[in-house]
Amino acid sequence: MYEFTYHKPTSIADAVKLLGADADAKALAGGQTFIPVLKQRLNKPSAVIDLAGLGLSGIRAEGNRVVIGAMTTHHAIATSPDIAKAIPGLTTMAGWIGDTQVRHRGTMGGSLANNDPTACYPAAVLALNATIRTDKRSIAADDYFQGMFTTALEPGELITEIEFPLPVEKSAYAKFRNPASRYAMVGVFVAKSSAGVRVAITGAAQNGVFRHKEMEEALGKSWSPDAVAKIKTSPEALNSDIHGSAEYRAHLITVMAKRAVAAAG
Amino acid sequence: MGFEGIGASVRRKEDGRFLAGRGNYVDDINRPGQLYAFIRRADRPHARIRGIDTAAAAMAPGVHAVFTGKDIEADGLGGLPCGWQIHNKDGTPMAEPPHPVIAVGKVRHVGDPVAVVIAETRQAAKDAAERLVIDYEDLPGIANLRQAVAQGAAQVHDGVAGNICYDWHIGDKDAVDAAFGRAATVVKLDLTNNRLVPNAMEPRSAVGDHDAAGDYTLYTTSQNPHVIRLLMGAFVLHVPESKLRVVAPDVGGGFGSKIYHYAEEAIVTWAAGKLKRPVKWTAERNESFMSDAHGRDHESTAEMALDEQGNFLALRVRTLCNMGAYLSTFAPCVPTYLYATLLAGVYRTPAIYAEVKAVFTNTVPVDAYRGAGRPEASYLLERLADVIARDTGRDRVELRRQNFIPKDAFPYQTPVALQYDSGDYFATLDGALKAADWAGFEERRKQSAAKGKLRGIGMSTYIEACGIAPSHVVGSLGARAGLYEVATIRVHPTGSVSVLTGSHSHGQGHETTFAQIVAEKLGVPIAQVEVVHGDTQKIPFGMGTYGSRSLAVGGSAMVKAIDKVVAKGKRIAAHLMEASAEDIEFKDGKFSVAGTDRSKALAEISLAAYVPHNYPIEELEPGLDETAFYDPKNFTFPGGCHICEVEIEGDSGMARVVRFTAVDDIGRVINPMIVEGQVQGGVAQGVGQALMENAVYDANGQLLTGSFMDYTMPRAEDLPDITVGTESTMCTHNPLGSKGCGEVGAIGSPPAVINAVIDALRDYGVRHLDMPATPEKIWSIMQGGMQPGRPAMAAE
Repeated sequence: MYEFTYHKPTSIADAVKLLGADADAKALAGGQTFIPVLKQRLNKPSAVIDLAGLGLSGIRAEGNRVVIGAMTTHHAIATSPDIAKAIPGLTTMAGWIGDTQVRHRGTMGGSLANNDPTACYPAAVLALNATIRTDKRSIAADDYFQGMFTTALEPGELITEIEFPLPVEKSAYAKFRNPASRYAMVGVFVAKSSAGVRVAITGAAQNGVFRHKEMEEALGKSWSPDAVAKIKTSPEALNSDIHGSAEYRAHLITVMAKRAVAAAG
Repeated sequence: MGFEGIGASVRRKEDGRFLAGRGNYVDDINRPGQLYAFIRRADRPHARIRGIDTAAAAMAPGVHAVFTGKDIEADGLGGLPCGWQIHNKDGTPMAEPPHPVIAVGKVRHVGDPVAVVIAETRQAAKDAAERLVIDYEDLPGIANLRQAVAQGAAQVHDGVAGNICYDWHIGDKDAVDAAFGRAATVVKLDLTNNRLVPNAMEPRSAVGDHDAAGDYTLYTTSQNPHVIRLLMGAFVLHVPESKLRVVAPDVGGGFGSKIYHYAEEAIVTWAAGKLKRPVKWTAERNESFMSDAHGRDHESTAEMALDEQGNFLALRVRTLCNMGAYLSTFAPCVPTYLYATLLAGVYRTPAIYAEVKAVFTNTVPVDAYRGAGRPEASYLLERLADVIARDTGRDRVELRRQNFIPKDAFPYQTPVALQYDSGDYFATLDGALKAADWAGFEERRKQSAAKGKLRGIGMSTYIEACGIAPSHVVGSLGARAGLYEVATIRVHPTGSVSVLTGSHSHGQGHETTFAQIVAEKLGVPIAQVEVVHGDTQKIPFGMGTYGSRSLAVGGSAMVKAIDKVVAKGKRIAAHLMEASAEDIEFKDGKFSVAGTDRSKALAEISLAAYVPHNYPIEELEPGLDETAFYDPKNFTFPGGCHICEVEIEGDSGMARVVRFTAVDDIGRVINPMIVEGQVQGGVAQGVGQALMENAVYDANGQLLTGSFMDYTMPRAEDLPDITVGTESTMCTHNPLGSKGCGEVGAIGSPPAVINAVIDALRDYGVRHLDMPATPEKIWSIMQGGMQPGRPAMAAE
């Protein structure tokens, strides 16, 4: 990696100030994407602002919501009894990210800020109608994801918490892993909650996570794997690479949706 | 101590230091005053270098030197040599274009070294390398075999017409043509053997050092330090052996990729001499992908002529194989003498003819990778056997059994040069059928079907040739080296033993297995046996470890040296006990006078040898230290039967190996636990090749699978428990009777896996699919679309 100045602020205000003061400064959450990018010299920040000292990790109940701190690790989410009880689909999802080492470092906030089109969390956040809280405001999931590696975050804006409304009646995630990287080649999160029935697809589309309205409608009428079994997705705008064509990904959306619905019960 | 000799599954002596993180790998070695090299590599497959502006890099902080190919040339260094020369059908030698240490004039593959920056730190070298300004003129790139041999294809090397390295053949063409003329049936199959990236856990690394006396030391991640000393000293640096020491300390996996003499070894050694400072280079993983020699990469057409009863009459094979952009050290022999000579397999096919055309492309050089040529042969034959059974409506087990070389036919001369010394293919087949419960498959298939999964079973009955090799034979086939092995058995004064071996352990467990041979033959506990390898200053000589040769050849050298120790010990014992040497017997570490109760322990004899107060000094030299060179009489021929069961998800097409059984004939087993580990590791790589691994280039020669984000390595979770068994016949021509086990797993398994996949897809009418059998390929077959067909080979 290139040389940079390292900062570890202890307050959100200081972190925001440091980021605001330098257009080439970058925030470091768990670093499971960012550190490899730095090591490959694909990014040359002047400063790295480590968010580990801001007290942003933790899972708590807040009225009819579960609130997850942005710096909460995948491991903490995957092993939280509260999450397992309230949103089992999220437990499954967190437990399937990367490997043990990655899950102990990687964070939900880091993943959402990066919005990799093959990341898992965007599907959960969108399907569960979560709200992204930042140092400035709250952003609804439907407004937050704006395409590949693009979000509603403004420069220097920090995610502080992610808020999941309860109750969640049903939730499940089914992931077809990219055989090499083990990111989602197609990941489908299905949920039935106060926000209604939602189906979010990650990994498949060029523009990242999206809601599958046709499946939502079908599951709204009848919550069963059969309800989505015949629904085909257009391969247009889906990814195509050496691991799978757009047509294959389109097929996998149906396969994974069926599995997710079956798992949700 | 419990039993520690031949046949004991003792725990590996070396694992203590590996598990505790106390291994000593090349990157752990740091010399005083050490500098760091970073190599700027070509980012494009094929281009003319119009100029390299090194000024800014040379001025960068901490930089000691920047060298390009012209500096290497100006110092009179040679190119990287090729150790094997193949001759064309017409008797002319193969095309052997220059392989510069650092590119001169042109770059020919992504990863080709263009310049090296040497600086105080790795970081400084890397920073400075970005300041190099390279003026390229891009040239059209050749990425694959068919492009290379197409009419009007771009040239990888000036002067190598049609990109043909060689056009070689073996066997009796007329006999084969005649047999095809009278055949009842001919079965033809086109198949690809996919290109693989070796991916040893430890990336390559090299440290060059140069002392005040002008002597060089190279620490390198090598499977054969003496070979590197010979090749680099004699051909590249022009430094005599006496002034060049090569050390290969702990090495974390090789699989063939660390056999070869690589540019980086020459660069750091030469630069250390020039700068009078040690120089270190360690590959980053992305460099490994683009600079370690790749494996496989064949396209073949195979045709079998059969009579009405299903007997194999003749085999005709045409293969195109990829050499990459340059000839790696042993590349030319892999698709010829390690491949086409194995095309008899375990079958008594009376006539075989194979043509092999090796071509240059703008890709990383291809050389031996675990199995080297033999996996390609066994894949071709064992897929063909299944296709024959399918096309002719025969049972695939019975078809094989019917065509096996009979048990009483050994030694068996094949029509493609090799003479098999021993084997019993019926025993390994029957053993595997039983261990795998072949008969009970149908029940398991139904159970899988109830879960929505397609289950298939497949087998391969394979053979390989290893224990390479008789020097005079390989010499006549084009090897520019001998392939014997060397061992010293040094019995110390108090009876402990050092074994100096020219074999090299990079995961195989030699420190244990070789100690067990000493325990067996000399009665010394393995705790008192030290196995020394990997240092040209300590070991008399050696040809290294590859081709499953360490035990069959290196172990045989040890036995020869042990025999010399025992013979000398008998003479010392005879003197001490006032008996005749002919009356001395040696057993369990004791020399005794036959028919008496008088005996001397080995330690008493060794003490007398080193403190020769009472010693036959007129007849015998002091000391108990013997060296032997062993040149094998023949190859060894491990073989066996692998049976694989897969389950395919009916909806996604994802195949998983759910059962795997390997029953191998590997001759005498020294440590069954180590054998099991070797077979499991080989099977893991074979399953990887069959279902996952694939080095993909785009049409211009850009490597698309340049990292683990895109290159699929098998993980532990991708594999079931693997059942490993042996049904061994002894090798008849080496003193241990051992055949070798390092490669059998990778050779026998890929066809078994693909045969199982095809079997699982029995309802879809599929005859063949090329590796790797990815979920999408299988899914598209299940959609009724056959795998996209391959156009006929352009080489016809």
